[in-house]
Amino acid sequence: MTAVAAGAGAHRARRARWLPQLTGWGFVLPATLVVVGLSVFPAVWALLLSLQDGDLLTGGSYVGLRNYADLLGDAELAAAAGHTLLYTVLFVPGSVALGLLLALALNLRIRLIGFYRTCFFVPYVVSAAATGILANFVFDPDFGIVNAALKTLGLAPMGFLQDPGQAMITLVAISIWGGVGMPAVVYLAALQDIPRELVEAARVDGGAGRHVLRHVVLPQLRPATVFLVIWQTITALQLFDLVYTTTKGQPLDSTTTVVFYLYRQAFQLFHSGYGTAIAYVLFLATLAVSGAVLWRSAR
Amino acid sequence: MRYRHLAHLVLMPAALLFVAPLVWMVLTAFMPDADINSYPPKLWPEHPTLDGFRRIFAEDDYPRWLANTVLVAAAAVLGHVVLCSLAGYGFARLRFRGRALAFGAVMATIMVPTQVLMIPTFLLFKNLGLIDTLGAAIVPWLASAFGVFLMRQFFLSLPRELEEAATIDGCSRVGVFVRVVLPLARPALATLVVFTLLGAWNDLIWPLIAISSEDSYTLQLGLATFAGARHTEWSALMAGNVVAVLPLVAAFVLAQRHFVATMSFSGLKG
Repeated sequence: MTAVAAGAGAHRARRARWLPQLTGWGFVLPATLVVVGLSVFPAVWALLLSLQDGDLLTGGSYVGLRNYADLLGDAELAAAAGHTLLYTVLFVPGSVALGLLLALALNLRIRLIGFYRTCFFVPYVVSAAATGILANFVFDPDFGIVNAALKTLGLAPMGFLQDPGQAMITLVAISIWGGVGMPAVVYLAALQDIPRELVEAARVDGGAGRHVLRHVVLPQLRPATVFLVIWQTITALQLFDLVYTTTKGQPLDSTTTVVFYLYRQAFQLFHSGYGTAIAYVLFLATLAVSGAVLWRSAR
Repeated sequence: MRYRHLAHLVLMPAALLFVAPLVWMVLTAFMPDADINSYPPKLWPEHPTLDGFRRIFAEDDYPRWLANTVLVAAAAVLGHVVLCSLAGYGFARLRFRGRALAFGAVMATIMVPTQVLMIPTFLLFKNLGLIDTLGAAIVPWLASAFGVFLMRQFFLSLPRELEEAATIDGCSRVGVFVRVVLPLARPALATLVVFTLLGAWNDLIWPLIAISSEDSYTLQLGLATFAGARHTEWSALMAGNVVAVLPLVAAFVLAQRHFVATMSFSGLKG
């Protein structure tokens, strides 16, 4: 009898030890498996693929760092990197600065404020495919509304997406139209977190509006700015969808971005090894830029 | 006060500039092709017609793409709500061995961009026989590090006393989670639902890679292909666009009051 009781006690003790473990893993395991399984495993596989000359169906043979060496002499890739860089240096400051201005205005206690907030955010919800179709329509050089408006104003029509010199800048404008809602909402949330006493104290001390903005509000928004610069940079470096649905990299390859070039290499020309090498270099570049922004903001 | 008038003076035209293209898209969807292709372009449908909508729904493809997208988005939202809230709660409240490691691994994946994962994931899905099926579009959306993080932050912000009271009343862990914690998580769940819906509904690059037969196209993939092949049928294209955009605009307008609040507590603003 005592043996049975001792057995039951041990059983209960074991159960008491294992139950929290099983419950914990039961809660987190499914999501962990999906997230880690679809990231870490493929990321390691991608590294191996980038050392092979695969054709997307077979692994190909091991070629060491040759894909990476080939990247350095690839003039088309260099051009694509240049286009991506141009897009990034226009889009990131443009969208973050405009987002800040909008947030400052949208934080005012005025009538219709809910309506305004919705207006600026709704384009963010519209997909790149729908935006692309709409952009092709609005910016059409022959019958588009923008050139019709320019003509009414007595200005010369422009080529927009069909002019190699203007296509990338037009894409930046479309992206800011579609993407500024994100920085505006993030800044708005940050603005509402600034303690009211802080702003009021600065006012009482005789600070004019722009001084309060510069010395009280902007420093408080710094973490939001760092987050947004990194986030928008990552978004910009990965530009693909809008290019695919508007120009397909044309005219004269002037809108071929790094990811568009990667897509063409891997999924149209089936150079999967070369494609993964491009992806890894892009990944490292993204990490370097994010690291630099964080390091600068920490000083 | 003066600044208020000034604000309206700036915000009103800017807001109109942001919505005008979308309003015009809706108006164009009700115009006949002849009017759309006229120059200068007509701004108002003088001869309103449902031809554009009739044309897209008369064909087999478009309704099927719409149904595919609804299915993909529904599976994505369901997966996210269930898996991410379970994991978020586990990481926020439960003590078990390996918790820090598992959470660290999930968070580390945020750094890896989709471009690095595209090619091996394509090969993996090909081996699993998922390529060219809707499953390929669904599986990557079932859970995300962002979702796990969002829910964990929310659960950390909940006072523990509520759960303790329920435990004392004899509720199990799962019971506490389902009956006490989840009902309180509605604002966070609303945000998660909208972001997931937005991502899964609008995704283009992954379906473009993973799906090649028109039967399994998603709406965005169909639209992109449709636009390239039939760019003279503007009324149909715009009608297709309107149907593709409207559900999300509605979802956003319904859930928008939760956004700013969620952004604040989750620390997403940095």
